[in-house]
Amino acid sequence: MEAFAYREVQANRSAIEALATEPQARFLAGGTNLVDLMKMGIERPKTLVNINSLPLQSITVLPNGVLRIGALVRNSDLAYDERIRASYPVLSEALLSGASPQLRNMATVGGNLMQRTRCPYFYDVAFACNKRNNGSGCSALEGFNRGNAILGGSDHCISTHPSDMCVALAALDAIVQVEGPKGERSIRIQDFHLLPEDHPQKETDLGPAELITAVDLPNLPFAAKSHYVKVRDRASYEFALTSAAVALDIMDGTVRAARIALGGVGTKPWRSTVAEQLLMGKPASEAQYKTAANVALQDAQPRKYNSFKVELAKRTLIRALLTVGGMV
Amino acid sequence: MNEIIGKPIDRVDGRLKVTGGARYAAEFQLPNMAYAYLVQSTIAKGRIRSMDVSKAVAVSGVLAVLTHENAPRLKTPPEDKSFESKLGEKDLLPLQRDQIYYDGQHIAVIVADTFERARDAASLIKVEYDPENAVFQMEQALSQAYEAKESFGRKAQSRRGDPDAGFAAASIKCEETYITPIEHHNAMEPHATIANWNGDELTVYDSTQWVLGTRKSIADLLGISAENVRVISPFVGGGFGSKGFMWAHPVIAAMAAKTVGRPVKLVLTRQQMFSATGHRPRTIQKIGLGATREGKFTVVSHRTTTQTSVVEEFLEPSGMSTRVLYDSPAMEVKHLLVRLNTGTPCPMRAPGEASGTFAVESALDELSYKLKIDPIQLRLLNYADKNPQTNQPWSGKNLKQCYERGAAAINWAQRNPEPRSMREGRFLAGYGMATATYPGNRSAASAKVQVLRDGSVIASSCTQDIGTGTYTIMTQIVSEALGIPVARIEFKLGDSKLPKGPVSGGSQTAASVGPAVQAAALSARSKVVKLAIADKDSPLHGRKEDEIVSKNDRLFLADDTSKGETYATILGRSQVPFIEAECQTRVSTREKSGDENTGTKKNEAGAKESGGGCFAATSDENVDREQYSFHSFGAQFAKVQVDPLLGMVRVVKWVSVMDIGRVLNLKTARNQVCGGVIMGLGMALMEETVLDPNRGRIVTRDLANYHVPVHADIPDIDVQFIDNPDPFINPFGGRGVGEIGITGAPAAIANAVYHATGIRIRELPITPDKLISA
Ligand SMILES: Cc1cc2nc3c(=O)[nH]c(=O)nc-3n(C[C@H](O)[C@H](O)[C@H](O)COP(=O)(O)OP(=O)(O)OC[C@H]3O[C@@H](n4cnc5c(N)ncnc54)[C@H](O)[C@@H]3O)c2cc1C
Repeated sequence: MEAFAYREVQANRSAIEALATEPQARFLAGGTNLVDLMKMGIERPKTLVNINSLPLQSITVLPNGVLRIGALVRNSDLAYDERIRASYPVLSEALLSGASPQLRNMATVGGNLMQRTRCPYFYDVAFACNKRNNGSGCSALEGFNRGNAILGGSDHCISTHPSDMCVALAALDAIVQVEGPKGERSIRIQDFHLLPEDHPQKETDLGPAELITAVDLPNLPFAAKSHYVKVRDRASYEFALTSAAVALDIMDGTVRAARIALGGVGTKPWRSTVAEQLLMGKPASEAQYKTAANVALQDAQPRKYNSFKVELAKRTLIRALLTVGGMV
Repeated sequence: MNEIIGKPIDRVDGRLKVTGGARYAAEFQLPNMAYAYLVQSTIAKGRIRSMDVSKAVAVSGVLAVLTHENAPRLKTPPEDKSFESKLGEKDLLPLQRDQIYYDGQHIAVIVADTFERARDAASLIKVEYDPENAVFQMEQALSQAYEAKESFGRKAQSRRGDPDAGFAAASIKCEETYITPIEHHNAMEPHATIANWNGDELTVYDSTQWVLGTRKSIADLLGISAENVRVISPFVGGGFGSKGFMWAHPVIAAMAAKTVGRPVKLVLTRQQMFSATGHRPRTIQKIGLGATREGKFTVVSHRTTTQTSVVEEFLEPSGMSTRVLYDSPAMEVKHLLVRLNTGTPCPMRAPGEASGTFAVESALDELSYKLKIDPIQLRLLNYADKNPQTNQPWSGKNLKQCYERGAAAINWAQRNPEPRSMREGRFLAGYGMATATYPGNRSAASAKVQVLRDGSVIASSCTQDIGTGTYTIMTQIVSEALGIPVARIEFKLGDSKLPKGPVSGGSQTAASVGPAVQAAALSARSKVVKLAIADKDSPLHGRKEDEIVSKNDRLFLADDTSKGETYATILGRSQVPFIEAECQTRVSTREKSGDENTGTKKNEAGAKESGGGCFAATSDENVDREQYSFHSFGAQFAKVQVDPLLGMVRVVKWVSVMDIGRVLNLKTARNQVCGGVIMGLGMALMEETVLDPNRGRIVTRDLANYHVPVHADIPDIDVQFIDNPDPFINPFGGRGVGEIGITGAPAAIANAVYHATGIRIRELPITPDKLISA
């Protein structure tokens, strides 16, 4: 770990200014990802700006019914919020399937959105990695890529986006509110995380000195019937091999609307609108769910050690659909 | 009898541990301490062409950077006869040469005034290599596999009867290959050393399972006398075998401390431990079983191919227990080794038995389905009433009872034997079982017991408590022998100044150190009794020694409890400051390769007095030692639920019934079996170390990527003991319990998964990808 300066800020403006004047500074929220990466020599900020005192701590309902979640709301508090549990159970379940209670007590919404991949080659500076050092090469392509992505990869990077929370947010069409030197703006969750393409080091649409202030959950009545399924190598404290976030609007046995997002398989939280569209107007049946799952994975590009993910992701999605569709 | 042995008393060091008072190696604070950080190679084979340390040296606070170019020279240790100076890596003396044998080899150490500065400086060292082609996967080198000679003194190749004839005579055969991956111990406490020189004398605080081994190894490498080295290790946060033989870092710490003239603390990171402190090597095991239609074995063969490093030969002896598990007229065990450019493997909880029983006990399960015989029945049909390899009777074996009790506890009878026939909601349910086994090891030890004037006691031996409960059970043994309550006894261990104790490995500590402690305590008691008998003022004056018993601090007449007095009273009247006895036992049940087929074992009788009068109660217990075979056995039962769609396995119930002779403390013994089972569950379902296929560098080098079970993975574990004393192992009848819990556990789970799903997984771990692809 390199020596770094440390400061605490009380207002959004000062946080933003701190980063605008010092490009190698980073916000420190829960610290559960950033501090690890610093110890490993992967993140080398010159300054840490502690944002934990900023007024971004609450969950409020806006006049239009949108639920606004402050960027510093802890993952545990969000998961156990009654409004979330009642109206967006998929988000609560996704959060509670992640990490461990201790980590969730520290981890924030903003930090979770910004958490970095768990690709072992990213995590070890002895290996080449385009995400750490673009142009050095991707060790995962021909390496041990069991955990890597099968959707959205490029020749430069196939690292999986590790977040569970973001998969639920993708299904819920969340909006990320940010504030920067030029003022405030909103970013749709689909646009927030970027595909690696030839710039794996650039992971999000967030500008250099922009601060995430909140995440908005639009009204989505049928999200009250939603569910998160996660498959992993152990029962807890483990990232997803595959996961699925699903919400279904079913009337008289017919799917009126669907929301489908996949985790553990994509270089970003993977919303599958094609699968959603396929289900619309179709009977809520296992056969249709299987077809939807096939469509969701039709572009999969598995590699040597992760080919199982294609089938596993389909099954994970089918299980989620069956559970929400009331057929398990 | 005070009946303190056997009681499930709380750990005597429990309070210290939960309040942070127990000091582990890295927690000692010495004045003026400096901190060391290791740099490891990032290629698997080749030479260091150059190392640019200029930036590291320039970091403020950096005191020294040692590499092969400037580190103090080490001595080649003498060829190890006594076994005591066996190193983790014989042919790799640290920081002496530019040669790289594996990825993650220590190549430099930085010493600075803080840990952070040392680590920062480490990242600034630039290394240029001349890489060579490394061979790090067994499959790349199978053509160079060679037959291993031995494992801990036991011959690596053995046979009985005529295996070919056995196969020819078989009506049913089962020949399959089973694979276990590289696994890492991952003890909670990292390896750590503090080295402190005072002139020519070196004090080392180390996390070790073998204080005296570390002392000898360090002295040999530094070329100084062992007398000048003191090793201290009062608490060890788990070792599981990885802290048995000394690795390079204690010597590096000593070199660093010498160089900077300050005490130096060196703690390995979790990542560094993966390459530099051992692992269980990968095994490829071919099992052949032949049986009659009735289920009697005609032959058992077990051929293991496993890997070691190029700098040390270590054999994972997977087939060793196969020689003794079942009665078969013909048997063949082979062990082949391949040398690879990887870190060096070493013992890991039940080395050989854990990996070997996965293969053999899975194969038995497969055979049972072929024969349509209940798996327990198949084992009973081939039950070994005596050691089938040596024809010796067992010193104590109650395995049939283990099967019976386990089957009852898990409700085996309601299992539908048909695979994939039992459903519980959306899950497939399955039951599996396997036999557990581990040798009853015992070796020489010494101990000292002092009764002080106030009637309190200090007992000691240079043994280790690696989390197993040594402090507690030794205290119980002393308490029982003296009739002095546990609260008034202090047991000391983990210091090379104390009477000699053996390595805490091979599940032998209780069985080996216990008798020495007991003999010393009885001897001290006898001295106090004699003092009282000789003392006119004592109510015990003139009585015979064997008329006197002790309890609750008092010595009194067995047939008149009113006639007696306390230890404190007796010592108080006398002019001696304390009464002391030191005893040494020389008993060994360890098998030796030379005589394995003749049935003889090393036998050196008796507890020997070493200064000050030793009670000789242990001297005739050895008479039978040559005649018996010392092994523990047990039965493991698992119930699993498998999600057939997603391939996720949950173990929902567990029963272990173990026969370890007499249980010294139900709490600590149960704790050991639970720990073993949990480790076995990890081995079955998730643990696996993976090397990058191109470079041979470990890519699962932290606890996020190397999966050990978490609480949510662990079911209720029902541990039962037969608790029949083994009349021959030692006076209290207890064999060890540290390792047997892991044996058989992976097979019980694999067998349960097969029963649940009809899918047989022969390569561990059983992860969702394997189940859904099958
Ligand atoms: C052992 C372990 C297991 C885990 N398992 C899981 C799992 O199963 N599933 C899962 O989803 N996650 C898992 N996680 C990841 C965990 O969810 C993240 O570490 C956590 O969400 C990060 O939040 P934080 O507040 O601690 O972020 P920090 O570490 O403080 O910050 C992370 C990044 O976000 C930036 N940042 C933080 N807040 C803001 C903001 N308001 N605006 C702009 N940038 C910001 C920081 O500058 C930094 O770059 C695991 C983590 C660990 C250590």
